[in-house]
Amino acid sequence: MKGFKDLFTALAAVFLGLAAGAILMLAIGSNPLEGFAYLFRGGLMNVERIGNTLATATTLTLTGLAMAFAFRTGLFSIGASGQMLVGGLAATALGLGLHLPKAAMLPLMLLAATAAGAAWGFVPGYLKARFNVHEVVSTIMLNWIAYWTVYYAVPAYFKAEYLETESARIPEYASLKVAWLTRLSQGSFLNLGIFVALACAVLVAIVLNRTTLGFELKAVGFNRHAAEFAGIDVPRKMALSLGISGALAGLAGATFYVGYAVNMQIGVLPSQGMDGVAVALLGANSPLGVVLSALFFGILHSGKGFMNAMTKIPPEIGDTIIAVIIYFAATSVLFTRVWDAITARKRRKA
Amino acid sequence: MWDMVARIFPYAVAYSMPLLAASLGGLFSERSGVVNIGLEGLMVVGNFVCAVTISKLQPSLGQGAIWIGLAAAALSGLAFSLLHAVASINLSANQVISGTAINMVSTALTVFLARTITGSGNVHITLGFVPFDVPVLSGIPILGPLLFTKTYVTTWLLLAILLLSWFVLYKTPFGLRLRACGEHPQTADAAGVNVYRIRYAGVLISGALAGLAGGTILVTFSGEFNGTVAGLGFLALAALIFGKWKPLGILGATFFFGFAATLANVSQVVPLLARIPGIVLKAFPYVVTLLALVAFSKTTQGPRAAGEIYDAGKR
Repeated sequence: MKGFKDLFTALAAVFLGLAAGAILMLAIGSNPLEGFAYLFRGGLMNVERIGNTLATATTLTLTGLAMAFAFRTGLFSIGASGQMLVGGLAATALGLGLHLPKAAMLPLMLLAATAAGAAWGFVPGYLKARFNVHEVVSTIMLNWIAYWTVYYAVPAYFKAEYLETESARIPEYASLKVAWLTRLSQGSFLNLGIFVALACAVLVAIVLNRTTLGFELKAVGFNRHAAEFAGIDVPRKMALSLGISGALAGLAGATFYVGYAVNMQIGVLPSQGMDGVAVALLGANSPLGVVLSALFFGILHSGKGFMNAMTKIPPEIGDTIIAVIIYFAATSVLFTRVWDAITARKRRKA
Repeated sequence: MWDMVARIFPYAVAYSMPLLAASLGGLFSERSGVVNIGLEGLMVVGNFVCAVTISKLQPSLGQGAIWIGLAAAALSGLAFSLLHAVASINLSANQVISGTAINMVSTALTVFLARTITGSGNVHITLGFVPFDVPVLSGIPILGPLLFTKTYVTTWLLLAILLLSWFVLYKTPFGLRLRACGEHPQTADAAGVNVYRIRYAGVLISGALAGLAGGTILVTFSGEFNGTVAGLGFLALAALIFGKWKPLGILGATFFFGFAATLANVSQVVPLLARIPGIVLKAFPYVVTLLALVAFSKTTQGPRAAGEIYDAGKR
């Protein structure tokens, strides 16, 4: 029953998000049906576009998992953007600095991204555990520290040949893009990251549902006082949870900067970090839900450009829809009340 | 050295004022018990509405358009913060998520509208406020050049709002009730305070002030809406914590951040500063906030009920 309730609230939030999008399209004098048709065709109409949707969903899956993992422990990290940046920077640094066969390169880069993200996540975790510093505030600070780190590190050490504002191109032997996937998806951005993301989703599901650690983390999330009373080392579990969440976001950074993209731009706090909040919420913090909602947001993101090209609707409609969905996912008590009312009526009839 | 300080100071003051306004907004919201990390987004909304209003009215009204623009900015921030109020007060949403949603909606929606209005994502205004020297006072040695030269009229307005905020929070029944709702809403309720209404007031005031902050950025140093306020809303949140949730503390913290940010911005042209790596200057406010959070963690806490959903049945 809980699964149905989650599904109902998720669908209701999506519906209201799309409705808000439709109202905006109407408001600027465009036809919403046409707009949505182009939006979804842009995400799905041929193999290449489906590939791009999957590539976008890859990063979103990982940031969504990062958020969901921390949520399950009752922690609200919004540090995925910064963790993506340091993860991407670590992977880029190795990618540009080392020259090994691809089979050795990629694991090393992914490992570096994981470690950098984990470190960036562990700091707020430690501050929370040791000094009771609120993780929302510390992750915001760390996001900006990461932003400025990249802003100065890229031009100083990894400068592109002509442009000061981006890093040099990641060479072929260090990119998550591989020829067979590119050929299979007819030249899309699809890359090995998708397997990383799916593996992580499975791993997170196993850890959360089948291990003692997962049980303890969830216990802390449900009621930290009860967990403490039961003998769980709550501060340590919180730090660990934020560290793992950071590791996932660091990997997300690798799939984006050395998979989807070919270099790192400076002066951008990646929006996928915040979108991860939406992905996790809509997916009810379950790994399967995260994968599905990442796919949905992937369609919106990769379709909005096409819609913008075919109509006069600005591409920001995609982000607006996502943001409205988060808002309604956060106020899901509205829908659960409706759901409870419906099921209560059914029960009375029976 | 003195020359440099005297030259930078007015810019630092101008830069800290929007921070001050937004941070005071955060103060009202958090002291009433509602965390508002949507400040950044509310500032963007204010910035956008102010830019559109001024660019439409300036041809016919001239200087007066700026004031109308600022009023519109505050009103739009207030209206937009209703979303956060409804979600976090009536619908028991997680306040941080609701705030995040506000941030995302406002950046996406304003750029969406800006593109529809101007074709590009930017809105320019031709004229903002012009800095002026305060007569007589600017002649005072030391203090004159620092505080009373090249000041904006908004600076004085916002300092007046700061005083007013202090007075409202600490010297009026409303302020007492607001603070009570942020510490222990059940007790306030038992004493006959309508917790919901007070929290609405807190969030709406924060929206108006954040909107005004966004407008101030536009009419003083930026002159253009481009879809972002560059993290100033988050910095305002940091200043709120750094200032220990008190008006005067916030003034100190925002000025400190404003000065640090201005130093970072001008470091290229000042030989003394050019030797310090840019990253140190830019990351400085954030690192200091983290350190301050650690240092204060034992002695200060924010409003005790901030971020918690009010449940009248809980004791």
